[in-house]
Amino acid sequence: MAYSDKVIDHYTNPRNVGTLDKSSHKVGTGLVGAPECGDVMRLQIQVDDNNVITDAKFKTFGCGSAIASSSLATEWLKGKSIDDAMKIDNMDIVEELALPPVKIHCSVLAEDAIKAAINDFRVKNGLAPIESEKVHH
Amino acid sequence: MNIPIYLDNNATTPMDPRVLEAMLPYFNEKFGNAASRNHAFGWVAEEAVDYAREQVAKLIGASEKEIIFTSGATESDNLAIKGVFEMYKDKGNHIITTVTEHKAVLDACKHVEKLGGKVTYLPVKEDGLVDLAVLEQAMTSETILVSIMYGNNEIGVVQPIKEISAIAHKYGALFMTDAVQAVGKIPVDVNADGIDLLALSAHKIYGPKGVGALYVRRKGPRVKVTAQMDGGGHERGMRSGTLNVPGIVGLGKACELCGLEMESEAKRLSVLRDKLQAELTVLEESYVNGNVDHRLPHVANISFKYVEGEGLMMAMKDLAVSSGSACTSASLEPSYVLKSLGLSDDLAHSSIRFGLGRFTTEEEIDYAIKVTKEAVTHLRDLSPLWEMFKEGIDLNSIEWAEH
Repeated sequence: MAYSDKVIDHYTNPRNVGTLDKSSHKVGTGLVGAPECGDVMRLQIQVDDNNVITDAKFKTFGCGSAIASSSLATEWLKGKSIDDAMKIDNMDIVEELALPPVKIHCSVLAEDAIKAAINDFRVKNGLAPIESEKVHH
Repeated sequence: MNIPIYLDNNATTPMDPRVLEAMLPYFNEKFGNAASRNHAFGWVAEEAVDYAREQVAKLIGASEKEIIFTSGATESDNLAIKGVFEMYKDKGNHIITTVTEHKAVLDACKHVEKLGGKVTYLPVKEDGLVDLAVLEQAMTSETILVSIMYGNNEIGVVQPIKEISAIAHKYGALFMTDAVQAVGKIPVDVNADGIDLLALSAHKIYGPKGVGALYVRRKGPRVKVTAQMDGGGHERGMRSGTLNVPGIVGLGKACELCGLEMESEAKRLSVLRDKLQAELTVLEESYVNGNVDHRLPHVANISFKYVEGEGLMMAMKDLAVSSGSACTSASLEPSYVLKSLGLSDDLAHSSIRFGLGRFTTEEEIDYAIKVTKEAVTHLRDLSPLWEMFKEGIDLNSIEWAEH
């Protein structure tokens, strides 16, 4: 199976690799997946006083598509309000990276990581987490 | 040095140019049907097949009458297991094999179960070897066949074949071995090893794809298998179908070359493999899978903890290797062979198989070492698990959201 150019680009030159201070109340951290399943994503957001994401970082254990999905997610997150970030859909990632069906779970994981990071930020700041109504198949 | 570098010789091998040369005339000017007994075209083809039969037999210490040509090892495995089950069903209905066999053996055994047979799938020890005491305990008066592979395709471990066949024979069972990875790589002798049936394939030994053989013992005991395909009664009635003359000529030549060069090749490749393994296990948290003392000379299966195999292969640009990672297969399950060694799923996901071959050079191995080290380092920089490990966090203490 060949990878799309965009997956290769994100994989070869991953954007925003790194770690934010997870103890800061301005940082939300999402850790999703499991080592046994072959992919784990950690996605972090730095949020300013206007609820805008000013920085995003990731680290991912997984295949090329998982790494590319999380790299792309961090790019999209920067500059978005957390409300807009909540609207990022895994199918947007699938489309942008031209992921084949067998790799759709990588985009689902990225969406889960975004939502987990936002909810971590919300809980830290006294807000209720937002339950996702979406059901992935 | 040509890029990309092929280090997946357990999957298939490039054809040796000498094999191709031997085959070429049999595609056109010597096109006869080996079963045409009444004219020169047939005689020429038959002579070529007979010669190839001797070449194959010689490599495994057999007689040429004991070689049945097939379309490859999958067919040989199927013919042996289903054919023995059918032929010896009055004697018993129990077959013993192991969980680390190739799918051709495992699925043929599953088929036998559907026909009412009983199959025991023996576990293996942590190093991939069969526990002889466990094998002996599994033997019953109903056991007609023990089928255990010679060398494993994923980790390269070589089973104690002599001891296994002795146990099978002690209980009156036949011993069959899928020797696809071992034949032509290490000495295999059907008499010294006590083998009654043996499957081999041409494309793993620098021959063409689509041709293989089944060795079927003729003396002490005389073994028979029921044909699994109906037709003209070729191959002593055990495998009908017009013989693939060019393929068979290629298999014969490939066997001859292995016989001549195997000993020096095994030495050369084990030196290169050991170098690769020594250099790569310098990396922290890297582990060799399977027994290293009883192993094929050209294989190393290494897990690089905290990186995922498919991601790793993508970073190992210009290297053709394979991984036990789930992501490389359609099943989303990591390698059943690695899991049966007791490896955790995450270590199975992190494995890379290096398979060296006749055309592998030291320069290529040096390059592979460099590229692999860089790739592992690159991916560990990206890995949240590696970061946690470095911070001293016990990954087992985390509640992972399985998906």
